[in-house]
Amino acid sequence: MSDPGLWALPLALAGGALRAATPYLFVSLGECLTEKSGRINVGVEGILLVGAMSAFGAAWATGSPWAGIAAAAAAGAAMGALHGALCSLARVSHVAAGVAILVLGTGIAFFAGKPFIEPQAPTLPAIELGAWSSHPAVASALRLNPLLALGVVLAFGMRAAFRRARVGLAVIAVGDDAAAATAMGLHVDRTRLAATTLGGALAGIGGASLSLFHPTGWSEAISGGQGLMAMALVIFARWDPVRCLGAALLFGAAGALAPALQAAGHGHAWQLLHLAPHALTLAILVTGTTRARAMRGLPGELAVLR
Amino acid sequence: MTSAGLDPPPRVEARGLARRFGPVIALDAADLDVRPGSVHALLGENGAGKSTLAKCLVGALAADRGRIVVDGRDVTLRHPRDAHALGLGMVWQHFSLVPCLTVLENLVLARPDAPRWIDWRHERAALDAFLEDVPLRIDPGARVADLAAGEKQRVEVVRQLRLGHRVLFLDEPTSVLTPQEADALLGRLRALADAGRISVVLTTHKLDEVIAHATHVTVLRRGRVVADAPLDRTIDAATLATWMVGHAPPSVARPAPRDARQPARLSIRALRVARAAGGPPVAIDALDVHAGEIVGVAGVSGNGQRELVEALCGQRSVDQGAIDVDARPWRADRASMRAARFGCVPESPLANATAPDMALADNLVLRVFDRAPIASRTGRVRRDALRASAQALAARFAVQSGALGRAIATLSGGNVQRAVLGRELVDDTRLLVAVNPAFGLDVGAAADVRRRLVELRATGCAVLLVSEDLDELITLSDRIVVMFEGRVVLSTLGVEADRQALGLAMAGHSAIASARADN
Repeated sequence: MSDPGLWALPLALAGGALRAATPYLFVSLGECLTEKSGRINVGVEGILLVGAMSAFGAAWATGSPWAGIAAAAAAGAAMGALHGALCSLARVSHVAAGVAILVLGTGIAFFAGKPFIEPQAPTLPAIELGAWSSHPAVASALRLNPLLALGVVLAFGMRAAFRRARVGLAVIAVGDDAAAATAMGLHVDRTRLAATTLGGALAGIGGASLSLFHPTGWSEAISGGQGLMAMALVIFARWDPVRCLGAALLFGAAGALAPALQAAGHGHAWQLLHLAPHALTLAILVTGTTRARAMRGLPGELAVLR
Repeated sequence: MTSAGLDPPPRVEARGLARRFGPVIALDAADLDVRPGSVHALLGENGAGKSTLAKCLVGALAADRGRIVVDGRDVTLRHPRDAHALGLGMVWQHFSLVPCLTVLENLVLARPDAPRWIDWRHERAALDAFLEDVPLRIDPGARVADLAAGEKQRVEVVRQLRLGHRVLFLDEPTSVLTPQEADALLGRLRALADAGRISVVLTTHKLDEVIAHATHVTVLRRGRVVADAPLDRTIDAATLATWMVGHAPPSVARPAPRDARQPARLSIRALRVARAAGGPPVAIDALDVHAGEIVGVAGVSGNGQRELVEALCGQRSVDQGAIDVDARPWRADRASMRAARFGCVPESPLANATAPDMALADNLVLRVFDRAPIASRTGRVRRDALRASAQALAARFAVQSGALGRAIATLSGGNVQRAVLGRELVDDTRLLVAVNPAFGLDVGAAADVRRRLVELRATGCAVLLVSEDLDELITLSDRIVVMFEGRVVLSTLGVEADRQALGLAMAGHSAIASARADN
């Protein structure tokens, strides 16, 4: 095959999936961890924005994209820890606290990000998986964000930890039945705070993957609600990190549908096609919450979703 | 991990333990001596202090005064960890297992020395080896959420033994078990104790359990030890009952059978109701409750009784089939309830039958506040009339006086129960659904409630009585049905009811149960 021709659309979708999956993956892994511990953080969209902004700012200031990632993780962890601390107060609604984090994060990112709208920062080096191919389309589709590779490792690592590590089982126990976990000598609040903090750090890294990889840059429209959609994705993945990976790729592909069709010359309803990821989110929320089976894996303490 | 066969259990003594909760003296200078290898029953009514005493001895509650002596040494138990170090552990009334994990995962996670990275094959082999030595059958691979209550109770006991505990405290261990499950569990524990490998302390209010399985009994009444004796043939149920309540317990006479069949007030046909926690749906082909009849529903809790009651009260939608009241389809709205003069005492009345943050007085008049004399013609609520009505209703079952203005959620469980009983068991009730109506009441008040049910029956009220107390059901019911996994598996006349057959049916052995019932 010398001409992509018929393959153009699937190739563009695959490329889009690989390109756009990274932020979804990190945010959903973070949210998965948070929710497994029995907390919900609806503020991840705000953390994603803070992560994107601080990653870009730090990379611009230091000249190193890796310093950007570290800054994003630290900022995300701080926001996650704030959420965790708020939730451990008596009679604080987790959802209301999460909304506060969402608004706060968005505000911080927009305010502190003003000076970064123009400049250029160093980009993360791509992993050129498509170097073997002579087709520029194939090569471009397989230019991987290095953070995606990290995310894949993390997804499998998290699943293994939930199955085989003492700390992973402790998170599940704390999230499924706080009273039973306490009776086992586990520290419920401490475990949840740690999970929420780490979850925030992952969402922050998700933000870094937005602003530090092609196309680099910081803008206020950078996330387009991906943090919110990642929450639906966790439900779709039934709180399993590896299924989060699959779901992130699916969401990435849905996001690539409109540009791919446009590129192929079918651009009539592109505004509608841009809705694909949102429509997918809605479909998942409807099907995912109406069938009892789909709720398997739901942490018992996460009563807010019932 | 030590095997269950090693070190004998320590001797545990309480000397003059006392504990108050605010103005209430829960425990008043109690003494207890648990000898190695004994099965020691702490017998008493609700609120007698038996659970308080047990909690003090496992470090879950600090005593205000008194000493705890283990193997002759004074010890201080500030935390369950301290008790763990001495080999003392508690199996709680409410299970402390994580539902979504397997039995094996729960057992490993409970160990303080669980490895960071767990080799499940190794852990499974170690547990299997341990279980060979312990006469308790459990399935390590099963998810706890899928286990029956009796299996969970066994897992809890295995967990205690695995933790190296040699003195096991069990808080009302049989409250969620069928009689057969209870006998099996206590029998196994007694065997382990007789072999000198463990001591058992169990809190209970069930006399037959004490007689069948205990080696010693300590009876508590209002926080004081009133009797302490080794169990021998001279101690029978009547003796224990007299110790427990201070006098011979009042008995409610079985109501005389009614001669003529009255029409069915409540009639259930081909009913299908989905279950709250999944599992088989409630599926009842036919169940009638006639005027002037008490129909008892027996069963281990969680076999569909709750969903049946919720469907009758309009809290849960009916998937298929019909519920008729007075031969008309039942719509459980306020108008129909008033027309049918329907009353309901559900389980967990605070959550299911009250507005917890509203005052006791307001809760008492929930059925009548929108009618004269409380409501004026313009819909205004007359507070004085409301108060008078509330006072009258509160007096029926002696709800704590002076609490009318307090939020009902701040009252004790027994008082909430009395308030709901006072509201629902009014004279003109014609159809009553009652779940464990005497739960949490002392013996005297429980007898009042039962007498009241019999009175209502005599005036032609139809009563559906859902209860976990077999004696209550056998004494009061004209007919008894047993529910298991959502179905009615046994139906028998109250006068012919046989505890053994009922117990087997509750455990799902319906074939055997109906064969026995036929004899």
